[in-house]
Amino acid sequence: MSAVAVSPVRAARGWSDPGFRALATQVIVLALLAGTIAFLATNLVGNLEARSIRTGFGFLWQAAGFEIGQSFIAWSPSASFGRALLVGLLNTLVVASLGIVLSTLAGFVVGIASLSRNPLVSPLARLYVELVRNTPLLLQLYLWYAVLTQMLPAASAAPQLLPGVYLAKSGLHFPVLQHGAGPLLAAVFAGALAFAGHGFWARRRAERTGMPARLWPGLLLLALPIAAVALEHAATISFDVPRPTRFGFSGGGMITPELTALLIGLSLYNAAFIGEILRAGILSVGRGQLEAAAALALSRGQSLRLVVIPQAMKVAVPPLASQYLNLAKNTSLAIAIGYPDLMSIGNTIINQTGQAVEVIAILMCVYLALSLAISAFMNWYNARVALKGAS
Amino acid sequence: MNAAALSLRARLFGSVGNTLLTLAMLGLFSAYLPALLRWAVWDATWWAASPAACRAAGGACWAFIHEKLRLVLFGRYPFEEQWRPLLALLLTVALVLAGSSLRFGWRSVVAGGLAGIVAVIVLMRGGVLGLNLVPTDLWGGLPLTVFLAVGGIIGAFPIAIGLALGRRSELGVIRGICVVFIEMVRGVPLVSVLFMASFMIPLFLPGKLQVDALLRALIAITLFSAAYLAEAIRGGLQAVPAGQEQAAKALGLGYWQRSLLIVVPQALRLAIPAIANLFIGLFKDTSLVGIVGLTDLLLATKQALGDPQWRSFSLEAYLFVALLYVAFCLFISHYARALERRLRSRG
Repeated sequence: MSAVAVSPVRAARGWSDPGFRALATQVIVLALLAGTIAFLATNLVGNLEARSIRTGFGFLWQAAGFEIGQSFIAWSPSASFGRALLVGLLNTLVVASLGIVLSTLAGFVVGIASLSRNPLVSPLARLYVELVRNTPLLLQLYLWYAVLTQMLPAASAAPQLLPGVYLAKSGLHFPVLQHGAGPLLAAVFAGALAFAGHGFWARRRAERTGMPARLWPGLLLLALPIAAVALEHAATISFDVPRPTRFGFSGGGMITPELTALLIGLSLYNAAFIGEILRAGILSVGRGQLEAAAALALSRGQSLRLVVIPQAMKVAVPPLASQYLNLAKNTSLAIAIGYPDLMSIGNTIINQTGQAVEVIAILMCVYLALSLAISAFMNWYNARVALKGAS
Repeated sequence: MNAAALSLRARLFGSVGNTLLTLAMLGLFSAYLPALLRWAVWDATWWAASPAACRAAGGACWAFIHEKLRLVLFGRYPFEEQWRPLLALLLTVALVLAGSSLRFGWRSVVAGGLAGIVAVIVLMRGGVLGLNLVPTDLWGGLPLTVFLAVGGIIGAFPIAIGLALGRRSELGVIRGICVVFIEMVRGVPLVSVLFMASFMIPLFLPGKLQVDALLRALIAITLFSAAYLAEAIRGGLQAVPAGQEQAAKALGLGYWQRSLLIVVPQALRLAIPAIANLFIGLFKDTSLVGIVGLTDLLLATKQALGDPQWRSFSLEAYLFVALLYVAFCLFISHYARALERRLRSRG
């Protein structure tokens, strides 16, 4: 307000004084907001009483009494509503994280294909992007769900995608580790830690001494513990492979058609957007950069990896972040094809208890927290990418 | 060989990698394209009215669309009255095109828009002028999709302009309220906003005041798109040169005159690409109202597939609806691009 209040000829009074006007406006707006909230709250209390709906979060500890089609933690209908929400949250997190990974991989393929100079590849990628971006995600989910549940054959005639991996009406069936899963997981974890640690150390050394950071010692560190455990437990490690029978599959792990359709739909939908983001990022890198890289005798792969991609990522990360946010929020469409995500379990609880206000408040808070977590992570990553380019 | 053919050959077989890619693509095409064409065209049934004929032919059953077209396009709207939603749809599209063409002043756009809204509601709902009453729960199909998208974006504009200006306001309280609203709405899925509207609006209003389901969904869509639109407009506001506002101030214009007459109109023009993208997103997102039980284009299609005889032809039905959406969305984006070009050439 200082800019407005410069050297008044005479002290302004009342409404014509900018400072007073600013204060009064804010007080009036706050009063209006408080009044509206009070009005709505009074109505809410009256309506809840009139319909004899309980209030408070006590229902979270009561038995839910419904089945959940897919759960990554133990679930029985006698467990509480609170645990049901936890099951839903885990289901949402699984779809969101798998969806982010799959759509990024597919998006890279789409982005690079649409930049290809091959006249058979790029038009196909452009067509894919145009068709997918201009149809509703919900429609695509219905389509994939219909394809998976109506058009796929039953177990006995199910196509084998990879050895032991079948896609049938009943879902995606795959082999699972039977014994030795614990030590093997521990080995993978230890290997990943060693890999990350080596990467960190090698980068520091590269910055200090200029010796190039090599990838293979890290990969070796990753592979060694896994190989050791695999060799030691070779006798006890076995896979439970699904076997098609007349009535379905026996053994093996299974992903329900709902989850499969959701993952395929979300990934292919977001891949089109991510592909466009990456394409725009790569195109934003000036031609001179590539020519300079060629002049330094870098190979095509090296110039992509060392010159183009790091600069492209700086442009691509912010829109990529909002695309990941969209994906996480779009997992809520699971409700339309019957995958028990947070939103669909919340809806079931509302129908059973009538406590819409509490449940929706919980749902909104959880989604907000999820969005904040994703954008915080992407901001951190963005700062890192940007800093590297600057130094 | 001429230059074009040489360059084509280089792009197809220029390197080992490219040659492999070309061969792989050719293999893919030859493996799937004939089967696809056979299914979609040669073995397809186009007009036969019975599902048995479709199954006998073995290909796509486009006859489904022929059979269920009016159910898909208009939902459960009474059959003999379906000229009314068709007319209302055409009127809406015509008004939106005229209003956004920038050929008319804002007074005539607002007046025409208000008259159009009244005309559309009278046509759809009836109950006056000798038209039969059709309650909103029977409205459905493509008109509902278009009404929700257009109504949502038009309703969002005043709120979004307020939010965008508020977010840049020097008054801390107002800025805070706007930031909290925008970030909260953008952080949650549209489905949850729709749920909130459909479950909680009845609880928050006095018992006697009932808001019908269609209006509740429209409120949810309006508030949701207002948050996103506010950010698009804020981008436009930031791109308006500061000199514009300073010049307006020097002319002695007050805050509202400066904002609404000088800054906002320029910001809106700069934000046209972002607004067009939002509108396309909104047009697709209206399909989510099916989740709270409104029969939009997509849910009408699902209901048409409920007929047990035709149930197995969902692929054909969804592909047809997808083409409708693609046509609408491509039209919106091309129209927005033409608008931008016209603005630029006008200078």
